[in-house]
Amino acid sequence: MASSRQSKYKVRKEYNEPIEAPDLTVRSWLRWIWKQLTSMKIALFLLLLLAAAAIPGSIYPQRSADPNGVALYFKNNPDLAKLLDSMQLFDVYASSWFSAIYLLLFISLIGCLLPRIAVHYRALRELPPAPPTNLSRLPVYKKATTENPNFDAAYVFLEENKYRTVVTRDIDSQELLEIRAEKGYLRETGNLIFHISLVGVLISVALGGALSFNGQRVLVEGDTFVNNRAAYDSFTPGLLFNENQLAPFSMRLDQFSITYDYINPANYAKPLDFRANVTTNVVDNQTQELIRVNEPIALPNAKVYLTGNGFAPEIVVRDPSGNVTFSGPVVFLPQDANMTSLGVVKVPDAPKQFGMMAFFYPTVGKLSTGALTSTHPYPFDPVMTINVYVGDLGLEKGLNNNIYELETHSLKQIAGGKSGTKALKLLPGEKVNLPGGLGSVEFKSLKRFASLDITYNPMDIWVLITVIITFFGLILMLLIPRRRIWVKRTATGVEVGALAKSRDESLERIVTEITKNLKKKSK
Amino acid sequence: MNPALLNPELATFSRILVLVALTIYVIAFLVLATSLSNRARATQKDQTAAALRIENIGLILAGLATVVHFAGVLTRGIAAHRVPWANMYEFSISGAFVVSAIYLLALFFKDIRFIATFVIGFVVLVIGSANTLFYVQVESLMPALQDYWLVIHVSVAILGTAFFTIAAAVAALLIAKSGKSKSKLLKVFPDVEKLEKLSYQFNVIGFILWTFTLIAGAIWADKAWHRFWGWDTKEVWTFIIWTIYAAYLHATTTRGWEGKKAAWLTLIGFSAVIFNFTIVNLFFKGLHVYSGL
Repeated sequence: MASSRQSKYKVRKEYNEPIEAPDLTVRSWLRWIWKQLTSMKIALFLLLLLAAAAIPGSIYPQRSADPNGVALYFKNNPDLAKLLDSMQLFDVYASSWFSAIYLLLFISLIGCLLPRIAVHYRALRELPPAPPTNLSRLPVYKKATTENPNFDAAYVFLEENKYRTVVTRDIDSQELLEIRAEKGYLRETGNLIFHISLVGVLISVALGGALSFNGQRVLVEGDTFVNNRAAYDSFTPGLLFNENQLAPFSMRLDQFSITYDYINPANYAKPLDFRANVTTNVVDNQTQELIRVNEPIALPNAKVYLTGNGFAPEIVVRDPSGNVTFSGPVVFLPQDANMTSLGVVKVPDAPKQFGMMAFFYPTVGKLSTGALTSTHPYPFDPVMTINVYVGDLGLEKGLNNNIYELETHSLKQIAGGKSGTKALKLLPGEKVNLPGGLGSVEFKSLKRFASLDITYNPMDIWVLITVIITFFGLILMLLIPRRRIWVKRTATGVEVGALAKSRDESLERIVTEITKNLKKKSK
Repeated sequence: MNPALLNPELATFSRILVLVALTIYVIAFLVLATSLSNRARATQKDQTAAALRIENIGLILAGLATVVHFAGVLTRGIAAHRVPWANMYEFSISGAFVVSAIYLLALFFKDIRFIATFVIGFVVLVIGSANTLFYVQVESLMPALQDYWLVIHVSVAILGTAFFTIAAAVAALLIAKSGKSKSKLLKVFPDVEKLEKLSYQFNVIGFILWTFTLIAGAIWADKAWHRFWGWDTKEVWTFIIWTIYAAYLHATTTRGWEGKKAAWLTLIGFSAVIFNFTIVNLFFKGLHVYSGL
């Protein structure tokens, strides 16, 4: 191929349009670059480069997989973090350099594939090629000196073994003079299928990323989620995501339950099962469903996964005259394996703004220091303690918007810690007065919450299909041997030569088998 | 859901079986190493024949160890009421068993007796570190692992690792053999071309199994972690390993890259496999936190 291109190029340069020489240089450069890019050596190099480029993403926290880790890195090493960030080391797999490598790799792949598809298409329709002049130069070669070689037996053997064959006969005697045989076209077919569907995988993944969304929602027992963008606690749409893709459905968390192991000392009190019983409502069709870890449920344009859970004590705050200033279940974030949980209540609508930082201990215990702790994740002996802070919460100024955090350094602590007043202590159903005449707080009941992930990727199925095709292509490409065998009559007897496109253990054996057939006595 | 009753006594018995197997493996290793060095020093035919008889004894011992080892792995599974591969200790003992079993089975099809010392040595190393560094008592599965994909994904990963291990042992010999060393020991091993073929064949099977592991992992991740791929540290390393072996396969068909260079890629790939299993499991932050340590 290359040499014919070369000659065409010369002809044009010498006789046709010599003025276009600079353009031709550019073109020849491009051609050179293209030739390099589609060469196996470059593919090999790019593959190794891709492997090496993936490493930093496992060393530095990635925004996609571990955003908290990135935030922590910025906090601990601000200067280094800035430097790393400027090199996109917190977004390795979306970085320009990582993308450049795999895009080059895929361009190289496509450039390599297109001519190969054409060649293979022709090969599939052609008969096996003529033997090389010197069979003895082939990797496997055998010579048999038999007076009357049994060509027919060899031919039958090759046919029986599903070789594509073509024979040459003597015009006069109709005797076989030569057999050309080839087999294993599926190897190259598999190779092409593998690489083409790999491109398919990449396209499906890229499109999927653009069309999908991923949202989180924390749902307390008894609460209902109505699918619309505002109902998500966080929502990450793909580039091409359209809000109309959010199908109308709702889902109520009826009950969240956990099974703990109490019979095996080895995993005593370990959770063995998390169950979120939900009632879904799709176009007035109510269904009771169960979401477990590893068992998401499918709703229209959405899959719902259970990713976390915790306690959500129902708290009621009243001002001194008894008016309710806050009421509802508060999501407490678990802090340890025994579910010591931390929750925040902000009361901006009271006469005097205040905030509460509350600890919840499902089974309360005391450390040797006197501090409270939880000794069991199940609420056998639940206790809540509350620290109270007064002052401007700054909600209007956009401060303190995170519902799980209370920025306390501009506030004055009036209960708990070093405030001089003990933290408030409440059991479920109890109500106590707040210090400083702020009114009262009630621990009305104990509920649980479930953290749900709701995602949708319309290309999922295509990723799966292309991946499965890739895998079958891979198996064909690696396990099917491609062989060419030639049997030729010579003056002294017969020659057999064979060529394989891969490391072929059996080639030797097959050639021996053919020579045996050639030596068989004719019937 | 009622928790299954664990059987810690049986787990202890399983550990003893594994240690008995380890002892027999160590003896087998010593016998095989002796045979190898005898063969290297042999100058006469009958000396070689005697060394080969010793090798047979070593292989029979390795077979015996594998049977006891299998009993150890099986009882571990029965004690835990699940597949015996849910933490580092169990991955290691099951993985070492599969390496040994695949190797011994392969002996019926291919003459790869020459790497027996290295394969059994590797098995000894894995069981030894499992027992000293990774041992944990039997526990029930955490909800994230309670899925049939645990059976498929992990078993195929272990199987693939076994094939990569054997290929790497052969590749290491290939490199030693194509070097300048004139050690007598190296003459015992087959020629470079044969080693190249063998290493390739085991790598090919390993690569197919590894590809399957990756796909199965993605399908499971889509079920368990609401995305099929998220560049979790373990996913990253699985991808890196896949890419290195893909490069290896390209190398074997690229002029100037076959032979020694491809063998180096095999060793780099295998180091990544070991790195993924040890360093990534133990020290890298990620979702695959199943070492049990």
